[in-house]
Amino acid sequence: MPELHEQSTDILLASLKQGDLSSRALTTACLARIEQLNPKLNAFNRVDADAALRKADSIDAKRAAGEAIGMLQGLPVGIKDNMCQSGVATTCGSHMLNNYRPPYDAHVVERLDAEDGVIVGKLNMDEFAMGSSTETSASGLTRNPWNTEHSPGGSSGGSAAAVAAGMVPLALGSDTGGSIRQPASFCGVVGMKPTYGRVSRYGLVAFASSLDQIGPLARDVHGAALLLQAIAGHDKRDTTCVESGVDDYSGLHGQSLDGLRIGIVDEHYGEGLDNEVEAAVRSGIARLESAGATVKSVNLPHAKYSVAAYYLIAPSEASSNLARYDGIHYGHRTENFDAKNDGLLDLYCRSRGEGFGAEVKRRIMLGTYALSAGYYDAYYLKALKVRRRIREDFDKAFADVDVIAGPVAPTPAFRIGEKKNDPLAMYLSDIYTISANLAGIPGISVPCGLTSAGLPIGLQMQAPAFSETSLLQAAAMAETPRDTIGTCPMS
Amino acid sequence: MEIDEVRKVASLARLELSDQELETYGRNLTQILDYVEVLNEVDIEDAMPMSHAVDLQNVFRSDKRTASLNRKSALSNAPKTDGQFFQVPQILEQKDA
Repeated sequence: MPELHEQSTDILLASLKQGDLSSRALTTACLARIEQLNPKLNAFNRVDADAALRKADSIDAKRAAGEAIGMLQGLPVGIKDNMCQSGVATTCGSHMLNNYRPPYDAHVVERLDAEDGVIVGKLNMDEFAMGSSTETSASGLTRNPWNTEHSPGGSSGGSAAAVAAGMVPLALGSDTGGSIRQPASFCGVVGMKPTYGRVSRYGLVAFASSLDQIGPLARDVHGAALLLQAIAGHDKRDTTCVESGVDDYSGLHGQSLDGLRIGIVDEHYGEGLDNEVEAAVRSGIARLESAGATVKSVNLPHAKYSVAAYYLIAPSEASSNLARYDGIHYGHRTENFDAKNDGLLDLYCRSRGEGFGAEVKRRIMLGTYALSAGYYDAYYLKALKVRRRIREDFDKAFADVDVIAGPVAPTPAFRIGEKKNDPLAMYLSDIYTISANLAGIPGISVPCGLTSAGLPIGLQMQAPAFSETSLLQAAAMAETPRDTIGTCPMS
Repeated sequence: MEIDEVRKVASLARLELSDQELETYGRNLTQILDYVEVLNEVDIEDAMPMSHAVDLQNVFRSDKRTASLNRKSALSNAPKTDGQFFQVPQILEQKDA
């Protein structure tokens, strides 16, 4: 019998429901794992053991009294440090928000609480979610549990590392250009970016508002489906959160994929794709075929432009969103201010210059330039038109297939420091994930193999907007049994 | 990108940057802007700019007063406050200063 920290979501849920396992016991086991491994991995920025145990006890008490329990049944959950929790430090991995304690809860935090999830702490991330390696955090870098010399990916690297190392069975991340799927792939866990508008962004610290979406990371597809079920649905406080009803994502396993049409994209298998990644991805697609799916080729001719379009659109939106950090309302304010000679503008510029890290400043500069007078048409507007072409490619492809399957990232987890000083090389690692954000469609990463060096490889699947059910069904069939992929050395 | 242009962008972005930073970001921006030139290959004739993934119309709420943050909560993260207001440096000249 596997230990608690490697137990499947199915078995954990069943044990909790039957009363064989208390939420306190499970939470205590997670807290012990965190205490043991976090000094090595730096996945958690903060752990609130008292609040977690209080919540666990209240769920256990409800169960003992025969009261109804929410769908998470007392499972521990970690949340990325860009989701507001009332009174709890929410730093976004930035000096700018070092002392920020939100006066309200994000919608997803309210949902976790209402569905009896036990929030154990806040997970490390690239500063303001800008990065693909979790190296830009003001709280220091996070390490990959499979090999601590390697990056866990990013920006939700803390979330992926924590799940991979068995610190928590479930975690929330956010995905603007691949920030859930790429770290899930690098850390050998399941990670899903839902359709834009499926989950409320209320209380998510904004990066690029037309692209940001919150989603689940978990040990298995069932866990991801469960956590998505808990957080999905309409919230009027996010006007882009759509009103359409949420499907039932349970009961996905073992369903035949007869009739499901899987698309493979010729453009995916070009230059830059690692051979071992390609082999594992093709074996994942073969598993889908043996589960009954039919496979056919589709084309996404504009996919190769997605990184260029994204790195104009996302920084433009970021430069506007991050204008709110002025040193006045909240966040870092410079101490280096001379009331006699300096003015308000100096206060803004110095507070921002001190508070933001290098990658955030780089993107603010890029976005400000792309939006500035004389360049708007040539850069931002052009990128929006190319975004339309990328979306049209998907619309056309999804007329022929139900799900598109391919790589998550061109390589397995790269070494810490390998790309840190080459922004463009870092940006290009998002080549396969970014187009889903631009098009607004859902995508999932499922482990599909290991490299000869023992690093995980993910299979990405994408589906039309609001087709999470068919995406999760396919993911459940593509999922490699955990014992065949091998277990994380820290698991 | 010329250093003066980088400086102008930094000023528009309200970022105080060191000379070293201006030099680095100038180099980075040039490299990234060179890369995005590939977008010129795309036929964007008649393409509607896509600012958003969901085709939403305006979303209205009813014109009713609802609860919002109280003053204490709203000021709770302010770096400088007198308990009533956010404090900023003086922005108007004093008459007899």
